[in-house]
Amino acid sequence: MSVAVVGTGIHPFGRFEGKTVTEMGIDAVRDALRDAGDAPFQAAFCGTAYSGVAAGHKVLGALGLTGVPIVDVEAGCASGGAALMLAAGAIRAGQYDCALVFGIEKMPKGIIRSSFFEPWREEAGLAATPAYFALRAQRLMRESGVTKQHLAEIVVKNRRHGVHNPDAMFRAEVTAAEVLGSRVVCEPLHLWMLCSPNEGAAAVVLHAGPARGGGGPEVRLEAAALRSHLPGSVLNEGTPMSGVADDDDIPPPTRLAATDAYEEAGIGPADLDVVECQDTDAARELLSYEELGLCPAGDAGKWAAEGVTRLGGRLPVNPSGGLLSKGEPLGASALGQVVELTRQLRGAAGPRQVEGARIGLGHTVGRGANASVVILRR
Amino acid sequence: MPATAPVHEGLFADDHLIGGRCGTCAHHHFPAAPTCPYCRSTDVVEVVLSDTGTLWAWTAVTAPPPGYRGEVPFGFGVVELPEGIRVVTRLTEPDPARLSFGMPVRLAIVPLHTADDGTTVVTYAFGP
Repeated sequence: MSVAVVGTGIHPFGRFEGKTVTEMGIDAVRDALRDAGDAPFQAAFCGTAYSGVAAGHKVLGALGLTGVPIVDVEAGCASGGAALMLAAGAIRAGQYDCALVFGIEKMPKGIIRSSFFEPWREEAGLAATPAYFALRAQRLMRESGVTKQHLAEIVVKNRRHGVHNPDAMFRAEVTAAEVLGSRVVCEPLHLWMLCSPNEGAAAVVLHAGPARGGGGPEVRLEAAALRSHLPGSVLNEGTPMSGVADDDDIPPPTRLAATDAYEEAGIGPADLDVVECQDTDAARELLSYEELGLCPAGDAGKWAAEGVTRLGGRLPVNPSGGLLSKGEPLGASALGQVVELTRQLRGAAGPRQVEGARIGLGHTVGRGANASVVILRR
Repeated sequence: MPATAPVHEGLFADDHLIGGRCGTCAHHHFPAAPTCPYCRSTDVVEVVLSDTGTLWAWTAVTAPPPGYRGEVPFGFGVVELPEGIRVVTRLTEPDPARLSFGMPVRLAIVPLHTADDGTTVVTYAFGP
């Protein structure tokens, strides 16, 4: 049983004073259903981390669309990917013909507070999320020939892409000098190398294939994989222990999810035309190149230097502008990637179109650890 | 002498870190836990961990993270212990430029902040 994306909708990512997370969800869901020709869905899955009890029900309740099963899904930054995996699996199993998947979030400002950390870790300063990103960036720089200049160039690339995305929070180009001139949050990461937690919503309608929507070619969801971390590995997004063995051979959750997704889709990284990946910080994007198998381990710095992943390059990454331009509303970000990839595969991405894109990959990874990898094909 | 209290019970005692060692798979872990986080064996004993290790990664935290009640900036990093584990820890050196890969570091129990009742809350840290 194949699964097709027949509708997409998005509420821009940014800061929307006075607008509730429910209202943003309503906008995204309404757009996705319209795009799908009001396909009647038999189940709904809502990804969110900070929206409280029955958040998905509030969105669908306001639209008079309740009655179907509504499942709210939390998997950190991969919440939308987790919701997508559940919906796609249910359709493949024949449980439903059509499912609505959406993600909503209105993040608090500043460093994300997470109940993931015990109170004593917070009190001792060990819940400093950007510091973990910084340690990981430092190790990547040591092991893969990545420099601060490379990190700045990733920000420049994504912000340049974001200029053309009306749904992005930041739409002005920046220079490497400006990025390196922004204040140091945690050495080696400067403020502009980190994405902003923010607000937004995104929705997609899945249907048993063959099926089309949005007036474009059929876009099939070939894989939606979700994995958690294996025991150990002190610097992956799951850091439940302060001290673990961290055998360097432990595959990270992104690699696990990517392996599953490539196998499910029957393709390899060399087949990809466009990628949307987790750029929580500039180093996370480069690390993802290696973990997704886009480039060999140790080559992230080389890829950054050669500009392989900019629009017009051999494999454009984050043509939407990525989280560095869009900001990160946790529950919505993975589905925002699916919205972008669907536009790319429909050939409807305007000035940021990756010419002739046929196969796209979306990747999110975050607290848990959770990693999701989604593959779409037209 | 003013009273001191650890930031959390069971992390350290008598100026040494307390970890766990699994009798089944032989992995160490920190903090000590009743169940081995590698093989779910409950054959775990508490052990005193080494006071010295080497620096594996480091940075400085420049803005107070959520729930934090101490001074900024402060050092933050990962230290490798001879037991074969990497410990996420505060560092006593807040200037990243003064630290280097593989640098020998030693455990210190350091003041974190003063509680409302005047008690000095202490935590573990490593430094050159």
